Amino acid sequence: MTDLAADPREGVKTDEAGLVPMVAPSDATGLKAVLQRRYLLRLLVRREISARYQGSILGLMWSYINPLSQFCIYFFVMGVIFNLHASIPNFAIHIFSAIVIVHFFTETMGAGTRSIVRNRQIVQKMAMPREMFPVATMLTSLYHVGPQVIILVVASACYGWLPDAYGMAAMVIGIAIIMILGTGLALLFSAANVFFRDVGSAVNIISNLIRFGVPMIYSYEMVAQRFGSFERYYLWNPIADAVLLFQRAFWVGTVGADEKNQPVMPDHLLLYGVAMIGVSLVVLAIGQLVFSRLENKIPERL
Amino acid sequence: MVDSIRVEHATKSFTRRYQRTLKQITVAKARGHKTIEEFNAVDDVSFTVEQGESIGLMGLNGSGKSTLLKMINGVMRPDSGSILTRGRIAGLIATGAGFHPQLSGRDNLILNAAILGMTEKETKRKFDAIVDFAGIEQQLDSQVGHYSSGQSARLGFAIAIHVDSDIFLADEVLAVGDKPFRAKCITRMEEIRDSGRTLFYVSHSAGSVKRMCTRVLVLRDGQLVFDGKPWKGIKFLGYDDDVENPMDREESEGEIGADI
Ligand SMILES: Nc1ncnc2c1ncn2[C@@H]1O[C@H](COP(=O)(O)OP(=O)(O)O)[C@@H](O)[C@H]1O
Ligand SMILES: [Mg+2]
Repeated sequence: MTDLAADPREGVKTDEAGLVPMVAPSDATGLKAVLQRRYLLRLLVRREISARYQGSILGLMWSYINPLSQFCIYFFVMGVIFNLHASIPNFAIHIFSAIVIVHFFTETMGAGTRSIVRNRQIVQKMAMPREMFPVATMLTSLYHVGPQVIILVVASACYGWLPDAYGMAAMVIGIAIIMILGTGLALLFSAANVFFRDVGSAVNIISNLIRFGVPMIYSYEMVAQRFGSFERYYLWNPIADAVLLFQRAFWVGTVGADEKNQPVMPDHLLLYGVAMIGVSLVVLAIGQLVFSRLENKIPERL
Repeated sequence: MVDSIRVEHATKSFTRRYQRTLKQITVAKARGHKTIEEFNAVDDVSFTVEQGESIGLMGLNGSGKSTLLKMINGVMRPDSGSILTRGRIAGLIATGAGFHPQLSGRDNLILNAAILGMTEKETKRKFDAIVDFAGIEQQLDSQVGHYSSGQSARLGFAIAIHVDSDIFLADEVLAVGDKPFRAKCITRMEEIRDSGRTLFYVSHSAGSVKRMCTRVLVLRDGQLVFDGKPWKGIKFLGYDDDVENPMDREESEGEIGADI
């Protein structure tokens, strides 16, 4: 026997005879197993950070060029041509706080969907919790959110924004919603993508639609005014809530009291946020369930 | 004795797919052709391996050897029946290691070791020994996709052999290595066997199975058709002429069986 007692994996227990128990070798899966193997997770995240834009000259810069280009398009098309600058105060901050959230979500879902297929050589040969790949993708996207938030903070501060406790709570809840929801959907779609590569293309379409389902190029005020009672259902979209929470954290604080158009936020926004964390957890549970169901067939269908 | 691997009525079925796109499937269905076919790649296999045994797994191509090994190392789960193992498992399956072709050899080494359960410290400690064993110092920082099949098999084997595993799986590992490397591998596998660990060795070479193994299992179309002494298993397969075969003699005298 080798150093079984010193087995680093989750402190394997031994029985009276000093033997590790017999286990089914394919059983160490699930999100719990992912969290137990943090060293491996850290390696995967670090690798993906350096690999996501491998072979491109601008590399990591693309993580900023992408949201920045979207920002410019929306800012000029919607702001200047459709003249939203007039009705939405500090339109730039309004858009940018939404883009940070939307980009985090679409990156998590998009790259997460491809994550299993992209790592097929490993998945086919090595035994490991395969949830590792979508989770690592989410954490990689989260890593890119950091600098974007710093840009947002600096820009907001230029407009006279000061942090407040309610706003910071809103920010944390907003990020948490996307982390949980994004991981859940990434699990779901990454497994489905193994069986039908069409899923990847479908996810791209969803990503494009999401931009219009959140108050980014229009304000929540317009939803409240024009949609009437539909407004309530609008808030059942977790991504819209995450965007609103982010706008509450940054954009709202940038608008001075003397401004004639005051920002409109839904009532009980934090409460909605907490409820959406619950909804996202349900999505995550469903994602894990479907993943576990499909997982058995994943290595042979890659 | 202590059981190391317990396989009970393990069955794994695969689906053969003849058509890929919706259009092809529709056309085939309309003509009354089969679009999918299920078959058992491993069919109701049962056996128990005790700690310290070295098993030679033999059988023709497509008889289900790699599939059985994938279930033992946990990549696949049997559709029915059960497989239980004790302790850490390392090894190579179907000649290649699970490497990411776009990553460098160095990154793959570290990642692979982590997947096999090595800690950061352990990897640091063994890093040089692994690189040295694989003999790929020159290519260490170029991407694995550009390695020759022999080079990547060497790296995979070097990592697997440095894991403190209780079960070592070797699936046709020696098929792509050059002669000096094969000799090194055989020596290391003999060390594993002699250290009381469990060895599971897939090979088509009667000579090396005879030399390495205490017991032979033979698969045919996914079914276990022989379980017993190596020389009997080799005879059962009709591979015994190989040993007398003059072509093979040179290899046997070189102490390594051809492993193709
Ligand atoms: N992913 C897969 N999908 C469908 N059939 C497969 C798959 N993998 C292997 N097979 C089939 O299963 C059988 C056993 O394969 P394998 O275990 O690799 O054989 P061996 O290693 O003994 O040569 C073969 O007929 C092979 O074609
Ligand atoms: Mg094989």
